[in-house]
Amino acid sequence: MSDRISRQELAQRIAADIPEGSYVNLGIGAPTLVANYLPEDQEIILHTENGLLGMGGAPEEGRVDPDLINAGKQPVTIVPGAAYFHHADSFAMMRGGHLDVCVLGAFQVSQTGDLANWSTGAPGAIPAVGGAMDLAIGAKSVYVMTDLLAKDGSSKLVAACAYPLTGVGCVTRVYTDHAIFDLTPGGFAVREAFGENTVESLSALTGLELS
Amino acid sequence: MIDKTVPDVAAAVAGIPDGATVMIGGFGRAGQPVELIDALIAHGASELTIVNNNAGNGDTGLAALLAAKRVRKIICSFPRQHDSWVFDGLYRAGEIELELVPQGNLAERIRAAGAGVGAFFSPTGVGTVLAEGKESRVIDGREYVLEYPIRADFALISALKGDRWGNLVFRETARNFGPIMATAATTTVVQVDELIPLGALDPETVVTPGIFVDRVVAVGERAWLSDGVFVGGVDIEGRPLTDAPAEAEVDQ
Repeated sequence: MSDRISRQELAQRIAADIPEGSYVNLGIGAPTLVANYLPEDQEIILHTENGLLGMGGAPEEGRVDPDLINAGKQPVTIVPGAAYFHHADSFAMMRGGHLDVCVLGAFQVSQTGDLANWSTGAPGAIPAVGGAMDLAIGAKSVYVMTDLLAKDGSSKLVAACAYPLTGVGCVTRVYTDHAIFDLTPGGFAVREAFGENTVESLSALTGLELS
Repeated sequence: MIDKTVPDVAAAVAGIPDGATVMIGGFGRAGQPVELIDALIAHGASELTIVNNNAGNGDTGLAALLAAKRVRKIICSFPRQHDSWVFDGLYRAGEIELELVPQGNLAERIRAAGAGVGAFFSPTGVGTVLAEGKESRVIDGREYVLEYPIRADFALISALKGDRWGNLVFRETARNFGPIMATAATTTVVQVDELIPLGALDPETVVTPGIFVDRVVAVGERAWLSDGVFVGGVDIEGRPLTDAPAEAEVDQ
């Protein structure tokens, strides 16, 4: 059934929507795949919140530098024109609205643009938030990259988030394996449906009124 | 003559009392002042409140301080990691208190303390459980939460080079919390790879001016540099590749 695209295809689709000249933060996990598809002939500057603009790819074997890491604590490299800065400056870039785009994962996104992606609120779980809340409210465009359905088959697009919120009314667009959705004053609007998906079939999957 | 250098790491951490609030620089392993933390463990102060982005990795550095049961409370943004077993065990046993702060609010609260700002309104966390019980205000149509400074009695940070006045430069993303923590503590203690003569640092490139620094101790060059040049040959934790275990899992 050709109603879903792969995570790599989705990363490629997101990369194609990021204009040259953008300052971009790619969240931990699947969003980092987007970097693999940014066109090499364009200048798109990657920000990592631990203190670097102009992040490059992984280092060659034997060239791992423990002082040069990304927010996921993985070794990275820099591109010509890169800059280092301390944490207060880095989060000023985020909170101050200087980043053009961030791409984040999600547990749930509500039809009013609320994002839940940092905690399931499960009893006994050790909470950890990192920079998720700063990113969610800071970037000019907040893109979410996620499967449409959770492992149990429930929709990650919801009327109201059941999980603890990361940010209120902050999501611009949701890229899923079934379709791309824009957040509008009227709720989710299908921007592009992949394969055999239609507004009607997506409404049935999500249980939401879509436009 | 001003000379902030001290002969060894024991002298660098001298006087840290039980119950002190201690900021410790670093983001994961990058910029973590491991030699100063080891000295703090040997020094013996307990009932500490620690401010760091994380809550320790593996069994060394901050994790070793936690394992030695010296920490009463930790203020951080991201305690849970694939290798945070020391913190996880203490937290589950109810033996450590956690104040979880969004990373940007953590950084700005430290910056505010150092800058003499009494409090500030932040948009980060509005409408979330981490803002519950906090004063909020709508300014120009947007809601903000009131956040207070975080001050410390001591800050322990790591820099690449420093002079006897305490002027500092850092290296790559190991800079992270160093410059802001240096401003927010009564006594700021810095370990540097190398002490350099006064005047050797280009004033245009000084990152932390010495006014924010109280003690400087040289600990020798980090393992992946040779005479200031990156030579590699280590894993992400700085261990020689021959001793390294398999690639670590990904987390924040």
